Amino acid sequence: MIIGAPKETFPGENRVAMTPNSARALQKLGHECIIQSGAGAAARFSDEEYKAAGVKVVKTAAALWKEADIVVKVRPPKDATEEKRIRKGQTVISFFFPAQNEEQLARMKDIGATYIAMDMVPRISRAQKMDALSSMANIAGYRAVIEAGNNFGRFFTGQVTAAGKVPPAKVLVVGAGVAGLAAIGAATSLGAQVYAFDVRPEVAEQIESMGAEFVYLEFEDDQDGAETGGYAKPSSPEFLAKQLEKFRELAPDMDIVITTALIPGRPAPKLWTKDMVEMMKPGSVVVDLAAERGGNCDLTVPDKKIESDNGVTIIGYTDFPSRMATQASELYSTNIRHMIADLTPEKDGVIVHNMDDDVIRSATICREGEITFPPPPLKVQAIASKKPQAAPEKTPEEIAAEEAAAARKAGRQQIGLLVVGGLLMLLIGKYAPPAFMQHFIVFVLAVFVGFQVIWGVAHSLHTPLMAVTNAISGIIIVGALLQIGTGSGIVTVLAAISVLVATINIVGGFMVTRRMLQMFQKS
Amino acid sequence: MTISPELQTAAYIAAAVLFILSLGGLKDQESAKRGVWYGIVGMAIAVFATIIGPGVQMSAILAVTLAVGAVIGAIVALRVEMTGMPQLVAALHSFVGLAAVLIGINSDLTVHEFATNAEKIIHETEVFLGVFIGAVTFTGSIVAFGKLAGKIGGKALILPLRHLWNIIIVVGSLVLMVMYMQGAGSWTLYAMTVLALILGWHLVMAIGGADMPVVVSMLNSYSGWAAAATGFLLGNDLLIVTGALVGSSGAILSYIMCKAMNRGFLSVILGGFGGAKGPQMDIEGEMISIDAEGVAAALEDADSIIIVPGYGMAVAQAQQSVSELTRRLRAKGKNVRFGIHPVAGRLPGHMNVLLAEAKVPYDIVLEMDEINDDFPDTDVVIVIGSNDIVNPAAQEDPNSPIAGMPVLEVWKAKQVFVMKRGQGTGYSGIENPLFFKENTRMFYGDAKASLDTLLTMIK
Repeated sequence: MIIGAPKETFPGENRVAMTPNSARALQKLGHECIIQSGAGAAARFSDEEYKAAGVKVVKTAAALWKEADIVVKVRPPKDATEEKRIRKGQTVISFFFPAQNEEQLARMKDIGATYIAMDMVPRISRAQKMDALSSMANIAGYRAVIEAGNNFGRFFTGQVTAAGKVPPAKVLVVGAGVAGLAAIGAATSLGAQVYAFDVRPEVAEQIESMGAEFVYLEFEDDQDGAETGGYAKPSSPEFLAKQLEKFRELAPDMDIVITTALIPGRPAPKLWTKDMVEMMKPGSVVVDLAAERGGNCDLTVPDKKIESDNGVTIIGYTDFPSRMATQASELYSTNIRHMIADLTPEKDGVIVHNMDDDVIRSATICREGEITFPPPPLKVQAIASKKPQAAPEKTPEEIAAEEAAAARKAGRQQIGLLVVGGLLMLLIGKYAPPAFMQHFIVFVLAVFVGFQVIWGVAHSLHTPLMAVTNAISGIIIVGALLQIGTGSGIVTVLAAISVLVATINIVGGFMVTRRMLQMFQKS
Repeated sequence: MTISPELQTAAYIAAAVLFILSLGGLKDQESAKRGVWYGIVGMAIAVFATIIGPGVQMSAILAVTLAVGAVIGAIVALRVEMTGMPQLVAALHSFVGLAAVLIGINSDLTVHEFATNAEKIIHETEVFLGVFIGAVTFTGSIVAFGKLAGKIGGKALILPLRHLWNIIIVVGSLVLMVMYMQGAGSWTLYAMTVLALILGWHLVMAIGGADMPVVVSMLNSYSGWAAAATGFLLGNDLLIVTGALVGSSGAILSYIMCKAMNRGFLSVILGGFGGAKGPQMDIEGEMISIDAEGVAAALEDADSIIIVPGYGMAVAQAQQSVSELTRRLRAKGKNVRFGIHPVAGRLPGHMNVLLAEAKVPYDIVLEMDEINDDFPDTDVVIVIGSNDIVNPAAQEDPNSPIAGMPVLEVWKAKQVFVMKRGQGTGYSGIENPLFFKENTRMFYGDAKASLDTLLTMIK
């Protein structure tokens, strides 16, 4: 199959869906790669680099669309010019957001193209390698901190210098998804004091692991907001009120606020209200990563950086990943590459569009003249909901009762064994001669001593134990010694052989044990 | 010079006490070194007291055989590689078995007078038992040696009707014993010896390579029982005591091994893995490989590292490189520890010995129960040539052949590197979902070569 990446037509879009690296990997899957001249320029990939990676460079977008069987893009096709180029039977892979884009989806159906939407990749662990939303969110989170720092007039880290004491910047991250966690990581590594909030209390652990402090609401609620797919649902009105109250309490102290709260298929929730901005100190920065969906902050203007009346900068850019086009293209093209790898199971350049595969099924939004969106629920649910139910906690009484029962059972078993053993002894004692009984008592006691002693041996010394018991079992030499020369020639020869092998055993066993033990040493 | 039987018995008592102290000394590394000396002194006392005791002649032959045996033993012990320990132990077991067989046959060849019929029956039973156990130990140990040394394939040999064959042999031996007691002559003893030799061969041939730790400790136990049986035969208490000590020690070791693999003792002895109870879980995901640079970078960043060695480390002779890596990482202030599964390697405690040989301090070498809770707080786990003992299917897939076996929970760590020669399944042939996990990276290649490459990057 021929896979082609055109230059993005969306204004300000610097990313490209194929890099020289991803092209090399795609070729290993048996595909051919083509690219429109200059497609990678904005992401700092020159046509020469593509050529060096074995990619054919074509002059115009029209030629590329015509030649390629699969077109990989970042943004959905823009306006009529680009849509017109799609032909029946062609496969297009890009972000699409079908829920907000139903009219365009209908047009794709009419064309008869197969469309794979990267934003529809389900959030299951197997599909993480093609989860482009996450990889882009990761970049957005990082870039949000950098943009904030760029517009913030002070250090992130606290310092005590000869020129005075500098307090650390206080950063609040709202929403601890991928972007939020990336922002937390970037801000803490710059030295800021980071607080983070999320409606899902179970992410507190992740937040704390990144070095931020989780902002708890003093509020008991049965519904914790977790849903399949890893996003938050709109919470109850009381929850929302409590949350805003907490934010108002925090607002005067915060230097930088980064909001990342999104709910799938809905406008972004308004979490950072006008009055909170007014409470903030002049020079503070709000970065709204939800600007594309209306913004979490009341004052956000999408794609713009504005300053409020009280001197708070509010950044509403919607193109954070595109601002780091080289990095974003590398990650996005790797996601695309993994998607194509799943579509090419035999690595022979033949696309097998397996609609029984959960990941491919979910991401495919239209195919063979039919709209296949929304996908059916996943066969495999998201990891969070798959966890088996923990066994109910046992009360101390139950545990005590169980232990007592176990002890009684062990006791009964032991008594049973003793009774059987005793009967066996009586039976032997009835028939066996006295000399045998004397040896027998020694034998039984030695077995008991052995059991008691061996249980105390350290696990790490099991090999030396085996070697030393092996050496000791060479005591059989005593038997051979007693026999040597007591009978005919053959007896002597056999006994001599026994002495020989037993001696090898004894000397070898002890020396090896000593060698082993000498090696054990404390640090 | 001869000593009285009473004095000899006193010496035997001393020897028996010393043996018990020797085994008891193995409770920790420091007292173990003293313990071995107890054992050596005990053995010297026992042998010396026997030689100068009543009834031992032909001192010239004795001196020669003793000297030759000692030299051979010393050469073997000094030349063996530590990775070859399992084979050596198995080979030495076979000697005890052989000696027991020969002594039993000798006893039959020597003329005895019996006061009562009961004494005669007991004596003959003892001869039979001693030879039987000895012969099983002998061939069983030889097969185990062959399997461990790679001279015989590790796969279990499953003959049709194999349990029936074993039963026939045991019943046949019993019949021969009855015939022997009724005076059918020595040929019955020899016939039984042959049967027992076949039984020993067949028993161990039917056991898969992964179960070898159990087999070795089981043979260890057998060699002890063989010595004890010989003790009864000769009326020698020292042999009885020592044999019983060794026998129970081997039995306990086998029990511990079986428990570590969550297998019934019988199912191991009777060979082969039990059939799966249903379809095994499909494994999702893909194996992602990584090169040495990636591993080195991750190690540089990590604060806590756990190394999980397995048989692959022994095969590649990589313990010195592991030790060097550990030393360098520790010098950088990282917390490096080792997690040892009870059945890692091919005999109990195998890994501990190899690491000790490479001078890895033993206080950072921890066993499974000590370290399993620490994996979630660990940055990097390096799995070196182990497979089943880190297989999450044991916990996640009730239909896996190893379901329920306790395993090292390495997948809970932030990152896992698996050093492995190729993509195949391990010794037991079970697929390992660990290799497909998101946080697992496969570092293919010979363990030693890979580690040496790592060492050039971590200074």
